[in-house]
Amino acid sequence: MSTDPANGTSDAESPSIDIGAIRKDFPILDQQQDGKRLVFLDSAGSSQRPRQVIEAMNELYYHDYANVHRGVYQLAERATSRYEQARHTVARFVNAASPDEIVFTKNATEALNLVAGSWGRANLGDGDAIVLSLLEHHANIVPWHMLAAEKGFEIRWIPITGDGQLDLTDLDRLLDGAKLCGVTAMSNVTGALTDLDHVVASAKAAGALVAVDACQSVPHLPTDLQAMGADFVAFSGHKMLGPSGIGVLWGRRELLDAMPPFLGGGGMILNVTTDGFVPDGVPAKFEAGTPPIAEAVGLAAAVEYLEGVGMEAIRRHEVELTAYALRKLTDDLGDALTIHGPAEPAARGGVLSIALEDVHAHDVSQILDTDAVCIRPGHHCAKPLMKELGVPATARASFYLYNDVDDVDALSSALVKARDFFAL
Amino acid sequence: MSGLEDLYREIILDHYRSPRNRGQLESPPAHRTEGFNPLCGDEVVVYLQLADDGTVDDIRIDGQGCSISQSSASMMSAAVKGKTVDEVRALTSTFKAMMSIHEHEIGGDGTESGAGDGDDGAPADASGELPLGDLEALRGVVKFPVRIKCATLSWNTLSQALDEHAAAS
Repeated sequence: MSTDPANGTSDAESPSIDIGAIRKDFPILDQQQDGKRLVFLDSAGSSQRPRQVIEAMNELYYHDYANVHRGVYQLAERATSRYEQARHTVARFVNAASPDEIVFTKNATEALNLVAGSWGRANLGDGDAIVLSLLEHHANIVPWHMLAAEKGFEIRWIPITGDGQLDLTDLDRLLDGAKLCGVTAMSNVTGALTDLDHVVASAKAAGALVAVDACQSVPHLPTDLQAMGADFVAFSGHKMLGPSGIGVLWGRRELLDAMPPFLGGGGMILNVTTDGFVPDGVPAKFEAGTPPIAEAVGLAAAVEYLEGVGMEAIRRHEVELTAYALRKLTDDLGDALTIHGPAEPAARGGVLSIALEDVHAHDVSQILDTDAVCIRPGHHCAKPLMKELGVPATARASFYLYNDVDDVDALSSALVKARDFFAL
Repeated sequence: MSGLEDLYREIILDHYRSPRNRGQLESPPAHRTEGFNPLCGDEVVVYLQLADDGTVDDIRIDGQGCSISQSSASMMSAAVKGKTVDEVRALTSTFKAMMSIHEHEIGGDGTESGAGDGDDGAPADASGELPLGDLEALRGVVKFPVRIKCATLSWNTLSQALDEHAAAS
């Protein structure tokens, strides 16, 4: 595939990625469904994982597993070391100032619930306001609704533009008097990338904290948390080649130190008496109970895999593939097709939310399945955005480092088949 | 096509393209009930007008959804018009029994992930099940467990409407 100078991706300094070699690392992709090559285009929902991740977890279970931070025997020391090493690896990957700022959670949803349930509960009350965006996933909406019902603060909404990007025109007015701004770094529906520099600068000027849902960006773009300047960032393991069952909350150290615990239990205390408890310091304070040990080790292996390929190279590959897909789908389907989100590939991630004439996303997805093309129909846990787009659902195809032009071609021909099947 | 024709029978596509009893009724006097499929975001609105003798005088379907949910709602509206409430409940039971998953029906290593959706298999009318007519065309949906909720959405909404009407009178 050639780069297109018009899409802003012509600078090819670093080597492109070797899709053939990468696909060999993903055993699950090497299968057929009803005699057809499996075309997996739902990585925005959950990615697949390379054998390196699966083997790292197996190795831990075969040789190095025990509970962490408890036993004094050597096996427990090894397990604890592997778990804490994973924290260092993740911290390095996103350039956190310290591994202590990395809190392992069950998933990104729990990470955002932690921000609302700990920081929010301690800092928001009647008369306060926070700002969210219409691009948010329910994970960055519902925890705030739940807390607002209890505390009575106001939620203001950043609107979107016609092409599914955040409309930051009135951001300063929205932020006036607000204590927090919760935004996605990249929409899981339109693929739009948020101008975080703008949001962070405006929020800082207004004295508001910034909580970023980075589930869609951390797996696909180079991330530098210190440069980003946000206060909380959440992401999940299973969308970045890691296992399910683990997510990450990064928080600014001084904020995490001042926040009350979220979940209570073992592992998060210094002392417990019949009268009360004394919480441990970060990150242990926020990791009550036995943590996702093998999942942390698997996530670290995923991070090392991504580092090996190179995040710059992955991003460039996905921009090129998205540019190709936008052209190919438009050529093959023309007016029958609407793709929500920015037209400029460099302004978006590899997420294409498709509307095919009047054919419902569920029906599109069902027809595509007969060609072994896996896409995701539905509201993508973003119902306020669906209402704004004026649709009940979209059919979403999403790309990752293991997808190639053959996958896009299969998607396009399956969409043609779906259009013809439902032709009115 | 792995059973695609089983799912998208011609009569289903016909009801999808030309939905019957589509629209709204003035409410009140008609009873208005909304149903949601949280999985896909589909919404159906049932407007139900019962006559004094307890028969379905008129029904309208509004909302948006996939071919399965829209055609099921369309066929349902045609099937229940003029029927008594008891007959509607019996038809609902028969339809939902057809939509409940049994391994022997879907064959192979089919799972029962959709079990629980058809919780009331026994028809209310002891004289026997009501004929499903066109609705039989939806039988193929059970081979696609995730779509069962699409097919039953309008029926669950109609049941809720009848319950709400009974509670109010």
